[in-house]
Amino acid sequence: MNPSFLKATLAIIHKDLAAEFRSRELLTAMLSFSVLVILIFNFALDLNPDVRQTVTAGVLWTTFAFAGTLGLNRSMAVEKDRGCMDGLLLAPVDRSAIFFGKAISNLAFMLIVEAIVLPLYAFFYNETRIFQWEFIAVLLLGSIGYIAVGTLLSAMTIQTRTREILLPILLFPVVVPVLIASVLASGAIINDMTLPQIMSPLNLLIVYDVIFIAVSFMFFDFIVEE
Amino acid sequence: MQQKPTLLTILDVLSIIVIGYATYSALFIAPTELVMGEVQRVFYFHVGTGWVALLGFIIASIAGILYLINKKMIWDRFGFAAVEVSCMFFIITIILGSVWARPAWNTWWTWDVRLTTAAITELIFIAYFMLRAGIEDPEKRARFGAIYTILGGLSAPITFMVIRLFRSIHPVVVGNPSAEAQGGFDMSVDMRNTLFIALIAFTILFIDFIWHRVRLGALQEKVEELKLEKIS
Amino acid sequence: MISVTKLTKRFGLKTILRNLDFQVARGEFVALLGPNGAGKTTFLRILSSLSKPSYGTVKVAGHSLPNESAKVRAKLGVVSHLPLLYPDLTAEENLQFYARMYGLTHYASRITDVLQLIGLEPRRKDLVRTFSRGMQQRLSIGRAILHQPEIILFDEPYTGLDQDASSMLDDLLRSIASHGRTVVMTSHDLIRAESLATRFDVLSRGMITASINKNDLRQNNVLDFYKQALES
Repeated sequence: MNPSFLKATLAIIHKDLAAEFRSRELLTAMLSFSVLVILIFNFALDLNPDVRQTVTAGVLWTTFAFAGTLGLNRSMAVEKDRGCMDGLLLAPVDRSAIFFGKAISNLAFMLIVEAIVLPLYAFFYNETRIFQWEFIAVLLLGSIGYIAVGTLLSAMTIQTRTREILLPILLFPVVVPVLIASVLASGAIINDMTLPQIMSPLNLLIVYDVIFIAVSFMFFDFIVEE
Repeated sequence: MQQKPTLLTILDVLSIIVIGYATYSALFIAPTELVMGEVQRVFYFHVGTGWVALLGFIIASIAGILYLINKKMIWDRFGFAAVEVSCMFFIITIILGSVWARPAWNTWWTWDVRLTTAAITELIFIAYFMLRAGIEDPEKRARFGAIYTILGGLSAPITFMVIRLFRSIHPVVVGNPSAEAQGGFDMSVDMRNTLFIALIAFTILFIDFIWHRVRLGALQEKVEELKLEKIS
Repeated sequence: MISVTKLTKRFGLKTILRNLDFQVARGEFVALLGPNGAGKTTFLRILSSLSKPSYGTVKVAGHSLPNESAKVRAKLGVVSHLPLLYPDLTAEENLQFYARMYGLTHYASRITDVLQLIGLEPRRKDLVRTFSRGMQQRLSIGRAILHQPEIILFDEPYTGLDQDASSMLDDLLRSIASHGRTVVMTSHDLIRAESLATRFDVLSRGMITASINKNDLRQNNVLDFYKQALES
């Protein structure tokens, strides 16, 4: 009997998390990279208290966007290198279950990194305004859009000759709306701006998420076929 | 296919004539704009090239969708041609815009909505070319290229809207002239005519280029095929 | 069990398989022989639904590909020269994962059975990254037979194995094939193929050029048959 969509998705997530919590390769790489980026920003932008207020959202999102590509690449390379992607495709499950499984695992890794980096950032810069639920909500919505497109594109770039280096080049120009909208919305939240100033980028972020989850869902089949 | 179609030759000649006339019209028929002076004449070609660049971008996405539906290689050649031609026109648009912006805005570049979106679109094109270069199998290259143009086509409008949340200083000329935009102006009849001539001229040139590029793609494939026959 | 008619597979302009016909009855063990680049792997990928045929009809276990690929995949076990295993999971966890992907319920006892059959029961809690190439290949076979498929496809299962591992694999393959399963195996190794298979097919230049049953083989000499098939 073929497994249900949900069961297959859960199996993939379970497998990814189990393997990652054992090796911790992906999370360690993403985390140390994130801390390094924040460290570099500290000196590049001279993050004194006046400047910090306006650039916090930008610094955090740049960090997550770059660290995210490390995770996306690694997560897909694990499937490709030992032919495991073939193993997944050979299972009698819907291909989009594979996409959702991988995307949710990637999202989990991203959120774990964010959950560790945010307190670190708050610790380094004495910036506690990032712990508002609105800020967290924007972070979640932004991560969802980023990961949806990122997972789709990483499945594509892993099949090309240039592999890992191609992912950020393909991903960033299409994911620009997510990054800008997230920076705008979370920046507005930190700086106590009015509701419309928060809502207009947030609406676009939601629109982007809905469109690109749907599109990724439709296109994944085209990417893994041969 | 080997013989160049007569209609294409006619289109070549027609393109040269209309572009020539559009140039003449922009330089000599249209009146000099009062505030900005002669440099404003660049505007007609700026809008003309910008229009076909956008057109090419949209066509590439549509060709991408059509390719995914019926997997005919003609749509891949069409999409690739549209991206290449659009990429070139986008660069020309940006350069012409800078030429105008230097005296009008006192800067070559600003992070305005249209400029930024155009720049990001160029980056999407570069990514598209790199993606294609990394794939050997023509069928897979076509499939991935199609998907990427569709993703680009969907994200670009959202990019535009997101950047618009920052205030724009780009002048809106046709439609509602915004008071905040610097360098906006009212158009006289001659200006309007010149603009439409430029739009038509570039559209014809655009069709001509696309046709040539699609034909070139088909010929390239033919050459590959012959090479392969020679080897085996 | 497998019925392929007029199968053609093209990658772009390169034709890998041309007008290939191939039939396998239930319980047959077919060794697919042929030089490198003959299209053996591509052919197995098509049979396993990983690759789509360009033309022709492919029926596996009574279902046609690619339209009913999910039904085919449920009845199919595939072993390739890549292990298809996760190095950071234990042998048991790998099998558990695949059991869930195939929708097996109450798979604990089935996994123990399989681990015993492939001789890895003592190592069930060890990470796959600590396994030798031969052990990984055995586990890979365990993964392929976990859901008790009717048809098993082996793509060069002996690649990279030493003498001991190979002979262990021989026994394993023999016991798998003896349960009335249908097996198709590609191999360079004529001696190994000879001892296992009931039928030998030669795939060369994208076509099946010769086919013979083991009983019809003169003095059981598969090497002569293979040489003749390639020369003709």
